[in-house]
Amino acid sequence: MLGIINRVKAFFAGRQGPSVWQLYHDLFKLLQKASVYSRSTSAVIRLGPSVVLACMALATMMLPWGELRAPVTFVGDIILLAYLLGLARFATVLAALDTGSSFEGMGASREVQFAALAEPSFFLGMLVLVLHFGFSGLSKMVSEISLETWRTSGVLLILVGCSWFVLLLTENSRMPVDDPNTHLELTMIHEVMVLDYGGPDLAFILYAASLKLWIFAALVVNLIVPMHSLAPWLQAPIFLLGMVFVMVLVGVVESILARQRLLQIPKILIGAALLSLIALIVRLMG
Amino acid sequence: MKDRYMEVFILGCIIPIVLGAFALPIRRPRIAPWVAAFGVWLGCGIAAVPVIRALAGGVPLSLQIAWNMPGGSLTFGLDGLSAFFCLPILLVSPLAAVYGCQYLAHEKKPLGPVSFFYNVLTASMLLLLTARNGLLFLVIWEVMAISSFFLVIFDDEHAHVRQAGWTYLVASHLGTGALLVLFALLGRQANSLDFDLMAKAVLSPTMAGILFALAVIGFGTKAGFIPLHVWLPEAHPAAPSHVSALMSGVMIKTGIYGLLRIVTMLGHPAAAWGWTLVIIGLVSGILGVAFALAQHDLKRLLAYHSVENIGIIALGLGAGLLGLAWDQPVLVVLGFGGGILHVLNHAIFKSLLFLGAGAVVHSTGTRDIDHLGGLIKSMRWTAATFAIASAAISGLPPFNGFVSEFLIYLAGFRGVRADAPGTVILAIAVGGGLAMIGGLAAACFAKAFGIVFLGEPRSSHATHAEEVGAAMRWPMVVLAAACLGIGLLAPAVVKMVLPAVRTVAPATLPPELMTTTMGSLMGIVCMSTALLLLAIGFYLIRRSLPRGKEETATGTWDCGYARPTARMQYTASSFAQPLTDLFKIVLGTRKQGSAPSGFFPQRATFETQTPDAAREHLFVPLFRLIDRALSPVRRMQHGRIHEYLLYIALVLILLLIWKAGGRS
Repeated sequence: MLGIINRVKAFFAGRQGPSVWQLYHDLFKLLQKASVYSRSTSAVIRLGPSVVLACMALATMMLPWGELRAPVTFVGDIILLAYLLGLARFATVLAALDTGSSFEGMGASREVQFAALAEPSFFLGMLVLVLHFGFSGLSKMVSEISLETWRTSGVLLILVGCSWFVLLLTENSRMPVDDPNTHLELTMIHEVMVLDYGGPDLAFILYAASLKLWIFAALVVNLIVPMHSLAPWLQAPIFLLGMVFVMVLVGVVESILARQRLLQIPKILIGAALLSLIALIVRLMG
Repeated sequence: MKDRYMEVFILGCIIPIVLGAFALPIRRPRIAPWVAAFGVWLGCGIAAVPVIRALAGGVPLSLQIAWNMPGGSLTFGLDGLSAFFCLPILLVSPLAAVYGCQYLAHEKKPLGPVSFFYNVLTASMLLLLTARNGLLFLVIWEVMAISSFFLVIFDDEHAHVRQAGWTYLVASHLGTGALLVLFALLGRQANSLDFDLMAKAVLSPTMAGILFALAVIGFGTKAGFIPLHVWLPEAHPAAPSHVSALMSGVMIKTGIYGLLRIVTMLGHPAAAWGWTLVIIGLVSGILGVAFALAQHDLKRLLAYHSVENIGIIALGLGAGLLGLAWDQPVLVVLGFGGGILHVLNHAIFKSLLFLGAGAVVHSTGTRDIDHLGGLIKSMRWTAATFAIASAAISGLPPFNGFVSEFLIYLAGFRGVRADAPGTVILAIAVGGGLAMIGGLAAACFAKAFGIVFLGEPRSSHATHAEEVGAAMRWPMVVLAAACLGIGLLAPAVVKMVLPAVRTVAPATLPPELMTTTMGSLMGIVCMSTALLLLAIGFYLIRRSLPRGKEETATGTWDCGYARPTARMQYTASSFAQPLTDLFKIVLGTRKQGSAPSGFFPQRATFETQTPDAAREHLFVPLFRLIDRALSPVRRMQHGRIHEYLLYIALVLILLLIWKAGGRS
């Protein structure tokens, strides 16, 4: 996933870019390294990566591939999904504060601020779907999106899709919210929180981050692609194709947008929440 | 068949008072609290038997004592609602009592009184939940308020503690005033003060509305609805920590209980009542956590979080009331169920947090978050339990806070009907509101836990901290286990809430909804277990990974800066600043300080302070106005007792004339 984004960015920059599988090379190498811990730290930073990875792995298991149901699904699973992401964030933030570094404190502080603003818009978007399809498990809800849905209420899907795409950018610290490639600690959000990890811990964190990207992309793909109208054998490939498309989109956005000032970011997030709210109103009117 | 369970319960309430009275004259500080704590254990142990029976069997118990009192009879009763509200008392009170024994051990002053009032508070809360007569209820309510007042002013040599006690006393009595009017009005409609008869009274909608408003004011003052919450951030920091745990975790819930009890008596609720509670819930929830973010005092921060959690409870109850008004059993069961379950959950994690804060204060001597840091190394147990409670209060799985918030979310989403705009607005309020409150609470507890326990010590207070003794440690461990236990046993616990919900509203879920709800809860439980196992599994894998390679310890990455000191760490104020800036308008944070100046800057200071907005802008001006209006009356108050007696005699004679005149 990250590989695709990086390739797209490289394409825009006129470079050849790293291999699509670069992440796995990195992970493999990191897992073999020894780790370095700061003297300020405690058990929190050692536990943090495991908790984060466990949350992300479970959350990934709750996502359907089109009509292919997720391994775990029950009524209201999306609430648990949101809160698993919350727990992962909580663990990352605590581990960041554990180092006592003021850069990581800054990152942590920004992360929680944006999260508090992002969560309402996630639930508002959710509410639109609930209104439309009735409340049930995530797998059941997305499996009902068909071409018919697009014809009758495409506007809703687009609005919520846009809103969730902004969330994807925010939650995964992509441009224009955060620059994953920056080397200036003062301006980072997510990257600065994981400054003090090394070796297997960093591998865990990196893998968890890419799982998170997968989760959000899968949400958007499930929402936008009318899976219900496709033949069952087509759904899984189409789903994967959709994921690639979302990644390309992220890469394009990253390449053509500049990073916004930190003070502007709340405005972006509130804008995303408003998109979902508009979708709600549209649904109620029509 | 006549059983004696209710008598057993009353006995359980009397024992703590008796043993507390024994402890009262004991001057040896090591013995008095233990005698009293023994009383609490014994009493709660005995009272637990009928409570568990009421929860399991669901048969309401009742006891009528043949004693004439004005306006009814002396009746006690224990139904599902009372029994469920008894649970937090029975759990928290004994644990906090043991904790208190060690917490107060270094005090010089005699500990008899504080132990006695602690026991009285415990007993009065238990009795209050079973009182079935308006007058009896008010008397016990007053005993509860007075005993907690004496607990708050334990450190009465400090002026700010006396000030806090005074605020609490005034607020508490204003609330009681509203309740007095409430019971008087309701009693006149029903011609009796017995709850059973009061429930049968026929009320006009206007009358019911007025009564509901009075109940919200009266009980809301105790519970801490914004803007009636002013006493909480004053009284909780002032009281000894085990008392704050009991008051914040348990006592304020009696306000919620009272509100629910009154709702059962007012007949079919109007939708406006539900909206009132939803709005109160949103405002209390969001502003409570916003004010909490701006605090530096650890216990004051926790007090504001009580306001926030009361907001969440009010959201749930509001959804339930709306369900009653709209005749939607889904909303009723899930809304009330979530709200009432959150009462228990909040009691557990909030008292745990206060005990943890108490341990920190005990071993460092300061409550200022910005002077602490790095305590996880010296106080491992406290830190671990505080971390669990922080995750639980932020509503994160696999802990208990998530279960009750999940129920309230379900209420919001389940109740949605595309053809009823009201339900959609409710869902927006519940979904958006809870998500925002949850996010902010997580931010606030990341700050509280992170700055207090992690990083490097910021002052000498924190450097010399030591872990607290066993009697303070074990209560915290038990409560932390309860947080996890409720999270993992969610379906069983939710079944226990249902009798309480049935008392408030005789509605049951349609069976298929019931099964899906239980299915969801089972799903959560499975996922939570999987989460724990996975996290442990990953951790074990992680431990075994760097085969044969050594861990290196070094300094935190400091950007190449030569000599970092602990004072350069991010502080609580800086951590919360982006969020507090968003709420600038309501918070009114005052900043003062001097910027560094000159080529070789020597000193710079910076200080922020966030006073309570409701206190500053509503109550202080209001009371000043009242003070000015009433100052002429002061001439009647001059301290001459014989003239006071004259006043009393005059009033009595006037009453007699009025009564006699009315008869003829």
